[in-house]
Amino acid sequence: MNDSNVTASQLGLCACHGCGSLSRLVAGSHDMCCRRCGAALHLRKPDSIARTWAFLIAAYILYVPANVLPMMRTGSLFGAQADTIMSGVVYLWHSGSWHIALVVFIASIVVPLAKMFSLTYLLISVQLGWTHRSLERTKLYRILEFVGPWSMLDVFVVMILVALVQLKSLASIQPGPAVAAFGGVVVLTMFAAMAFDPRLLWEPKERHHV
Amino acid sequence: MTSHNLTACHECDLLQREPILQPGGVACCPRCNAVLFRHIPDSVDRALAYTLGAAFLFIIANVFPIVGLEAAGIANATSLYGAVEAIWKNGMVFVAALVFVTTILIPALELSLMLYVLVPLKLGQMPQGLASILRLLQSMRPWSMTQVFILGVLVALVKLAHLAHIVPGIALWSFGGLILLLTAAVASFNRHELWNMVREGE
Ligand SMILES: [Zn+2]
Ligand SMILES: [Zn+2]
Repeated sequence: MNDSNVTASQLGLCACHGCGSLSRLVAGSHDMCCRRCGAALHLRKPDSIARTWAFLIAAYILYVPANVLPMMRTGSLFGAQADTIMSGVVYLWHSGSWHIALVVFIASIVVPLAKMFSLTYLLISVQLGWTHRSLERTKLYRILEFVGPWSMLDVFVVMILVALVQLKSLASIQPGPAVAAFGGVVVLTMFAAMAFDPRLLWEPKERHHV
Repeated sequence: MTSHNLTACHECDLLQREPILQPGGVACCPRCNAVLFRHIPDSVDRALAYTLGAAFLFIIANVFPIVGLEAAGIANATSLYGAVEAIWKNGMVFVAALVFVTTILIPALELSLMLYVLVPLKLGQMPQGLASILRLLQSMRPWSMTQVFILGVLVALVKLAHLAHIVPGIALWSFGGLILLLTAAVASFNRHELWNMVREGE
């Protein structure tokens, strides 16, 4: 059944991105639609590499303000204080909640960075036309897709703190500009992962249908 | 369904024949191990039960406060929508929209669309426009972030525990149950089986 590793595209068949059913591509005809569900047919996600790069580069750029600018400003009787993601983690660590500090550190700092680096690596490996370690690279891509939403964690934390800590003159918390930047990073890396087509990881460069 | 249906792996494009599955079985791509489809016994009944439960908890989770806070005689509580509003009032329009979409709008749409598909099927009818709804559900899934939101609430509570007295609200417990039911509903909603119904319906 798996004798020669024939892919659908090698036989002129195209799997629908929506429902997965196979259609035969007619040479020279564009704008074909899936017979079963009517979705537009593409052999591979259109302009996958260029679009993934675009989202990824935008995410790298936004990552800087997300980490440098304050996530929130705390005002209390004892004065005002601004916290970045990192100083928030350090605060949690010193206040004895090292396990929570670890969760926030992983979700907000390790995951976005690892995600951007891994996507960069995958993109470069496709552009170099690698056909080895395809399985490992596919697994890496699956992990990326899975962890994507979890880096929204800190955005939700700040939102709850802002909503709850409005105790008149006693204490109040305002969101900082890094929240928006950070949310942007998460959305952009998710778009980047969605734009990437894992089937490219299995094909030599001359067979890329992009 | 015959065993001679050809299919291509969605992750590596390997051409292969669809195997016939035992009840509860899983079909995986022999080259990249991607899960191609599953056999889920009584998937419509199960998915419908979980989705109804999840929809009920979703309403409770959105109506009641998630958590309250007391310090020096001043008390404050917030619901999910209240939190979105608070961040909107602080001028964070993008963040407010992002949170609204990922924790309220998308989960609500996801639950209603699943009910829209499952209820007619349970009554023996084909839902109208099944193909476009399945596509929509597929594209919405990554943006449904209820689980992440609840982890965020828990982290926020740990941060505040030193400073104030925390009062967990009804919605917090509802959200906990919602996560479990939503995960179960999504897992029993058998897209492969439903797509085959689209084919047969034509
Ligand atoms: Zn289709
Ligand atoms: Zn595969």
